[in-house]
Amino acid sequence: MKREELVHNLKVAYARLWVRLKGGYREPEWLVAELVIPVITLSAYVFLYKMVNAPPEYAGFVIIGGTMMAFWANVLWGMSAQFYWEKEVGNLEVYLVAPISRMAILLGMAIGGFVNTVLRAVAIFIAGILIFQVPIAIYEPLTALLIFFLTIGALYALGMMFASLFMLYGREAWHTASLLQEPIQFLSGTYFPTTSQVVPYMVQLLSSLIPLTFGLDGIRKVAILGQGISDVWLNIIALVVFIVVLLPLARLALNFMENLGKKEGRLTLRWQ
Amino acid sequence: MRFLVSARGLMPHAVETQNVVRVFKGNHKPVKALDKVSITIEEGEIFGLLGPNGAGKTTLIKILTTLLLPTSGEAYVGGFNVAKEAHKVRQVISLVSGGETPGYGILSANENLWFFSQLYGLPSSTAKAEIKRLMADLEFDEYAKTRMSKLSTGYKQRLNLARGLLNNPTILFLDEPTLGLDVLTSKNMRSYIVDWAKREKKGTVLLTTHYMAEADEMCDRVAIIDRGRILACDSPLRLKQNLKENVIIKAEVSSVQADFSFVEGMKGVIGYSQTRSIQTDTTSFKVMVTEERIFSNIMSKLEEQNVKILSVNKAEPTLEDVYISLVGRGFEQEEGAAHET
Repeated sequence: MKREELVHNLKVAYARLWVRLKGGYREPEWLVAELVIPVITLSAYVFLYKMVNAPPEYAGFVIIGGTMMAFWANVLWGMSAQFYWEKEVGNLEVYLVAPISRMAILLGMAIGGFVNTVLRAVAIFIAGILIFQVPIAIYEPLTALLIFFLTIGALYALGMMFASLFMLYGREAWHTASLLQEPIQFLSGTYFPTTSQVVPYMVQLLSSLIPLTFGLDGIRKVAILGQGISDVWLNIIALVVFIVVLLPLARLALNFMENLGKKEGRLTLRWQ
Repeated sequence: MRFLVSARGLMPHAVETQNVVRVFKGNHKPVKALDKVSITIEEGEIFGLLGPNGAGKTTLIKILTTLLLPTSGEAYVGGFNVAKEAHKVRQVISLVSGGETPGYGILSANENLWFFSQLYGLPSSTAKAEIKRLMADLEFDEYAKTRMSKLSTGYKQRLNLARGLLNNPTILFLDEPTLGLDVLTSKNMRSYIVDWAKREKKGTVLLTTHYMAEADEMCDRVAIIDRGRILACDSPLRLKQNLKENVIIKAEVSSVQADFSFVEGMKGVIGYSQTRSIQTDTTSFKVMVTEERIFSNIMSKLEEQNVKILSVNKAEPTLEDVYISLVGRGFEQEEGAAHET
C-alpha cells in the first residue's frame, strides 16, 4: 500500500471511529443498560460462588470474565453484525463504491467500539472491587496491560473475519452470531476457568481455538493470582499468533466474500 | 485503460459496455437480467436508461459501479475495466440511488456529509467548504445541524445527492434519483443535475429512470431498455421524430372496467397503453396506429362495452410512445405483467 493510500485509509478509519463515538455520546441512555445489567448478571455468579464457599479468587474470575465479555459482545454485535445493519440502510453500498479498504471501515468501528466498551468494562471492574470485595493482586501492571491489549487485538481481528460473513449472508450470519455468543462465553471461561483440570479435555481443546480463553486465563493469572510474565508467556505467544493469523485472514475473507457477492449478486441485496 | 481514437485525440469513452450479459439464479430457472447490452457514453453527456421496473437498469448500474460482475461481456468506466480495475473505477465515480438514505440518523446533515467526504480523502477544511456550498446550492443549508433522522424524504434525498457530488466525480451514476419525491423537489433536483453537468463540462451522468418526462427533460441521449435488452438508443428528439408517420390518439372513457386489450393484434395498431383511475372511475387509453381511420374501428368496439367516451385527442409523440412502438405496450402493462410473474 502506498503512503498516500495508507493516509487516506487512516482518515477513513478515523471518520468511522468518530461516527461511533459521536453516536455513543449523543444518546447516553445506553449507558444505563450497558453498565447496570451486566453487573446484575455477574452478581448472580459471585453470590453463587460465595454460597458454595468457593475460594475468593472465583469471584475475581467472574468479574474479569464479565469485563472481557463486554468486549466480545461489542465485537460480535457492534462490529460484525453492524455490517448487516450498514447493508440494510444502504451504507455498505456507499462504502463499496468508494476507493477505500474495507478493513479501514472495520478498524474505525473496532477502535470506536473499544473506546465505548472500555467504559462498560471499567464499570464492571470497579463494581466488582467495591461491591463484591474481589481480591485484586496486580504485581506486574505492564504485563496485565500487554495481555489485555493483545486479547483486544485478537478479538477484534476475529470480529473483522466475522464481518465478511455478515457482508454477504445477512440474517443467516445473524443466527450464527447468536450461536457464537453463549458457547464462546462457556468455552472461553467467562464464569469459571476452562483451563482447570475439572473441565473435560475436549472442552479444553475447543476452548484453545478461541483467543478470549488465552486472554482471560492470562489476565486472571496476572490480576487475581498475582503471577508474572514468566507464568503467562505462553498466553502472550498464543495471542500474538492469533493476531498474526487472524488479521490477514480477515482481509482475505473480506475480499473473497466481496468477490463472491459480486458474482452471486448478493452484495447489496436487502432483507435476505 | 481503454481508449477511443477521436478527433480530440486518444480519449476513453466515459462508459462503454460490450455484449454485457448478467444472469441471476432464479427460484426455478436462471433469470437473464441483461442480454448483450452494448452502449457507449461520451464525456460530458447526460445519458438516460429508460425502462419499466425489472428491465435491467439497476443491474447495469451495479455492474458499472463495481457492485456486481457481469456474467459475460466487458464494461469500462473512465477507460477502466470494471471487473479488473475496480479500484481505479471507484476513484472517478459516484453513485446516488433514489429511495435510499445512506448515513447515520443520529448525526446531523453536515456531520454525515463530513463523514462521507472522508471516504474520498478530502482534507477536512476543503470538505467543510464544499459541504457548505453544496448545502446552499441544494437549498437545505438551514437543516445543516438537523439530525438526519428528523429530515423529510425530500431533504434526505438532497443530502444523498450532495453526498454523491462531494468527491467531484467525473462520472455520476443516478439510479432513479427522484423516486418518491414530490413534483417540486423532483424538478429542482433535475435542474440541479443538468446545471452540474454543464458546469463541470466533462461531468458525465448516467441516469436510470422510469419517468418518461425526466428522461426527456434531462438527457442528451436515451437508451430504452426492456427485459435486459437495449431496444433503441438516440436523442429523445430523434427517437420521437421516428414516430412522426404514425398517429397517436389519447382517449378517456368512463369506468375502470373498460378493457382495451382487444386492440392487441388489430391490423394497423402499433401499440397501446392504458391507465385506470379508481378515484375517478375512468380509464385513460393511448393507442398508436398507422392511420387515423383505424381508430374509428377501435371506437366501435368500445361502444360494445357500454362505456362512455369522455374525451378524444390527437397527441404529439412522447418517449412513452417510443416505448409503446418498440414493445407494443406501455410501462403500466409491463410493470403489471412483471408483478404477475
